[in-house]
Amino acid sequence: MTSADVRTSAGTAPAAVSPRSRNKAATRARSAKRAKAVGLNGFGLLIALATLFPIFWMISTAFKPSQEIYSLNPDLLPAHPMLGNFRQVISGNVTGGIGPVWLFFRNSLAVALATVLISSLLALLAAVAVARFRFRLRSTFLILLLIVQMIPGQALIIALFLDFKALNLLDTLTGLIIVYSAQALPVTIWMLRNFVATVPKDLEEAAAIDGASAPKIFWRILFPLVAPGLVATSIFAFITAYNEYIVALTFLGQTHSDYTLPIYLTYFFGEHGAEWGPIMAASTMYTIPAMIFFLLVRRRLVGGLVAGALKA
Amino acid sequence: MADAIQPLAGPRQSQQGGPGGWTPMRTRLGAFVRRHKLAPYLLLLPALAGIALVLLWPLIQVAIYSFQNYGLPQITGALPTQWVGFANFSTTLHDPLFWLSLRISVLFAVVVVPLTLIVGTVVGLMLNRLGRKMSIFVSTAALLAWATPPVSASVLFYWIFSPDGGLVDWALSRMPHWLVGSTDWAQYNWATTGALPAYTLIALLVIWQSFPFIAVTVLAGLKTIPAELNEAARVDGASPWRIYWRVTFPLLKPIYLVLLLLSVIWDFNIFTQSDIIASLSNLNEYNLSLYIYDKAFTFPPSYSLGGALALIFAVILLVITFGYVRAWIRQGALQ
Repeated sequence: MTSADVRTSAGTAPAAVSPRSRNKAATRARSAKRAKAVGLNGFGLLIALATLFPIFWMISTAFKPSQEIYSLNPDLLPAHPMLGNFRQVISGNVTGGIGPVWLFFRNSLAVALATVLISSLLALLAAVAVARFRFRLRSTFLILLLIVQMIPGQALIIALFLDFKALNLLDTLTGLIIVYSAQALPVTIWMLRNFVATVPKDLEEAAAIDGASAPKIFWRILFPLVAPGLVATSIFAFITAYNEYIVALTFLGQTHSDYTLPIYLTYFFGEHGAEWGPIMAASTMYTIPAMIFFLLVRRRLVGGLVAGALKA
Repeated sequence: MADAIQPLAGPRQSQQGGPGGWTPMRTRLGAFVRRHKLAPYLLLLPALAGIALVLLWPLIQVAIYSFQNYGLPQITGALPTQWVGFANFSTTLHDPLFWLSLRISVLFAVVVVPLTLIVGTVVGLMLNRLGRKMSIFVSTAALLAWATPPVSASVLFYWIFSPDGGLVDWALSRMPHWLVGSTDWAQYNWATTGALPAYTLIALLVIWQSFPFIAVTVLAGLKTIPAELNEAARVDGASPWRIYWRVTFPLLKPIYLVLLLLSVIWDFNIFTQSDIIASLSNLNEYNLSLYIYDKAFTFPPSYSLGGALALIFAVILLVITFGYVRAWIRQGALQ
């Protein structure tokens, strides 16, 4: 890529200077430009294919019968694609399987949705506070958020385990929901704060002068304008809860029916005699919803961070 | 919730009043809240309570455990919990396994952070110059890698590098020896042979999952740079390498600072990937996270030793976080 760029800049410059060689130089510039475009696109294609390959391999394996998976000469695509692996995972009737996969989908969705609701609500209230009011400790609170956001789960997990054990919340989805909601708060408050801050205060004041009540102002004016921000934070909270591993691993012990998808998948993966076909089928089923989610919201994914980093 | 929001309306609330017989009560409460400027605190309270109880209090507890002898005998009540001073820390600092796991964590971050930043930057720069269709294709591919849940990705990479039927061993065993060394690659076990192969595998996995975030962020930054700047530099005959270092990088420095610190924290932290691939059954493949988890939860559990380690771990991360917070404040993020 680098050398192609150099060639172009060297090729175009003289074309502007000497009319006699314009034709020749223009041709040269054009072909250099084409070579550069081909090189660039080729490189892009290479990166894209390399990035997609592991995902492709997961899905391909999920559709292969056992003898193709362990074949001495593996094929890229299944020679005889079949749904058997998915059927086994769905029925739960498989070595290492601990129940039909829908059960764990239900657990993961319940935890993720509850986390979204709780963290969005609490974060919105806090975001209004930091974006709309000047008060003592405001900066302290914001800095506190940045710091706690960085405390790793591994550092807290011992105390969380003992506390939630004392509260009888181990082996329950409620325990997970509480931890995930709190963990999502620092980032969601920061993200929402930026959205609330962009809503002009005049709007609220005008509505207030017209005699609108506070809840009305909130629901009719602030809420619709902050809604895109809530979508972004909801996605963040959802993904956090849907992917979380260490807390679920520690909290969910022997009660298999409480497992969330990641714990179900690792249990499956760790069982002696479990086969790669069904494991990859389960992994595919766990992964696809997350991918669809990311694709739906691709444009909002970096907004928060970049907006913050560039605000200077 | 309505009551918490009430102060938003400011003084007009009292003129307008509310329906029903409890208006006076509401108004009086509102007046109290306004007089003492309590509104922001009331709004903050639920979130702050959640953060304090679930994130801050456990950290304090861990600090307390680390100065006690809290383990199996204390849980069962056979022995009382006692203060033991710095005993846990000195046990930890004299444990060779601690230094081994610390070394693995540090080396991993030192290698993987720059690699991720470089790959992410190259892809970001490329996305900025590709045509629309190709750019969408590449960024979609990157997005899918990013979207893959870490647990899925770890299991998947384990399979690709698996000794029985894994694709990588199959490919390596078919390559000429002068290219891939004389190791017998058929059935080579990346996950359990030692720290180097295991963390090579984990490094590839982590880079695959985290370069898209860097690329997309760098791309978003590149879009904010006026095209004339690059154009001017190019007309002056500057090479792309020079343009990057003299024009692009200085403008994106704030973004890079944040990306660098985030990457350091993430890569120093990794637990999911190392637990699934290196796993708790390979002592010589522990990173710091696995070591803490092992001390705290492998039978017999010692919450105190685990706590001491977790505290050391948290302090290291807080030092890095301090830099991160300063980076944000310098950019006026608190305004």
